[in-house]
Amino acid sequence: MYLSIKGIEKSFPHKERGTVKVLDKIDLEVEKGQFVSIVGPSGCGKSTMLYLIAGLEKADQGTISINGKTVTGSGSDRVVVFQEAGLFPWLTVLDNVTYGLLLKKIPKKEAEQKAIEMLKMVHLGNYIHSYPHQLSGGMKQRVSIARALVMEPDILLMDEPFAALDEQTRMVLHKELLDIWRKTKVTIFFITHNIREAVLLSQKIVVFATRPGKIKAVFTSKDSKDGVVPSDVTLQLEKQILAELQDEIEKVLKEEMGDDYSFKTNSVSRDTSGDMGSHI
Amino acid sequence: MAIWEVTSRLSDLPDFMFPSFTQVMATLFSGLISGQILVAIGASLSRLLIGFTIASILGLVLGYLIWRYKLVEDTLGFLVTALQSIPSIVWFPLAIIWFGLNDFAILFIVTLGATWTMIVNATSGFKNVPILYQRVAKSLGSSGIHFLRTVILPASVPQLISGLRIAWAFSWRALMAGELLGAGVGLGQLLEAGRALGQMDLVISVMIIIGVIGTIMDNVLFLRLERNVERKWGIRT
Repeated sequence: MYLSIKGIEKSFPHKERGTVKVLDKIDLEVEKGQFVSIVGPSGCGKSTMLYLIAGLEKADQGTISINGKTVTGSGSDRVVVFQEAGLFPWLTVLDNVTYGLLLKKIPKKEAEQKAIEMLKMVHLGNYIHSYPHQLSGGMKQRVSIARALVMEPDILLMDEPFAALDEQTRMVLHKELLDIWRKTKVTIFFITHNIREAVLLSQKIVVFATRPGKIKAVFTSKDSKDGVVPSDVTLQLEKQILAELQDEIEKVLKEEMGDDYSFKTNSVSRDTSGDMGSHI
Repeated sequence: MAIWEVTSRLSDLPDFMFPSFTQVMATLFSGLISGQILVAIGASLSRLLIGFTIASILGLVLGYLIWRYKLVEDTLGFLVTALQSIPSIVWFPLAIIWFGLNDFAILFIVTLGATWTMIVNATSGFKNVPILYQRVAKSLGSSGIHFLRTVILPASVPQLISGLRIAWAFSWRALMAGELLGAGVGLGQLLEAGRALGQMDLVISVMIIIGVIGTIMDNVLFLRLERNVERKWGIRT
């Protein structure tokens, strides 16, 4: 297996309860070039899992290895795209993208060439000399994807990268991300709380249970090899995943709103205008 | 200025106590031409520059240490907040005993005046660097000095500039106080000379110079620096 996660455990100190276990015995294998999504309710430790792979945090127990090599710290073979673009406001778009390349001791000319190529791939060729504040949210996120991809990472780690964007921008970026994934054959580890997004994009979907974070179920979507899935298949998958998540969502809600709260509506929330009249 | 001119002419006070505007301008002019005032400005500014530079570097280094190490924060960090509330001129008697009544003593209080503020601002600047930028940089492979140089420092530039601005104001005040009491040439010493000789026109001339230099530094240099950063970052458009 390419990316292999074995027996990962992680706790954080907590003010009232001493320590809180966020990840409990996580075992997961990811093949090279696979598009894997992690879905789960908020606070289930999915972001922590990603930071562990990135080497930004250290696990209490267990190992993560890539291509047989154990992860010990952060490295440019695994680049993270965060929910916020996190572009450096003091650098131009171009300098933001070359930042990592220059760190890899690539000559400035070559780095700039690569960066421009990558920026063209995310359709931002006209904005290379702009500053981040001059770009829209979607454009910023595209720059941050370019900044990650230009490093030619083995694994692209994405932490809810589209969560802060509006629906239209998100749809466009979904398509672009799939295009890029097909072109570059990069392994993508994608975190989202949006079941739809996970089903649309990925080949493998891992459902996380919460408190502590555990793997609850794994789904594979065989039809999504080229990123296009028939909608009846996605709906079916969505329903299955939602059913898995229901208990978890309830657990979170109970903790937040008290024990008498109950959440049981066994349906996928969807835009009703899409199937106008079908329920007559 | 007209009111000044008129009140001065009509007042009972003798000229040397309440000089008229034209008289002050004449003194200012001749002082500038003879070089007396220019020499004083040069001496004052060079002291200020040296003290301010030392304070800035010291502030950055100590600010870094406080930010980086918890132990330093608990010890030095606390001390700095306490020391910050002591006006630096209060150190002058001590400085005279340590260094004698000379340039060193003045330089000492000028540096001291700016250092504490610089430390406090640098520390909070470093502390307020968004964790996101730090994660991004680390994820792209940055670490150590490179991380410090390309992320922590530039990300705290806005706060560092406002720190420099306040530090400059403090050291400017400390400089004047120190020169008034101290020795050698300088604007403060010129003020003292004006008092001793009963030349209020000279005193007012120097006050004007001090005001002009202060305005230039604050409004032209620091404000422009701040605006530039704000424009580039898109904080203000």
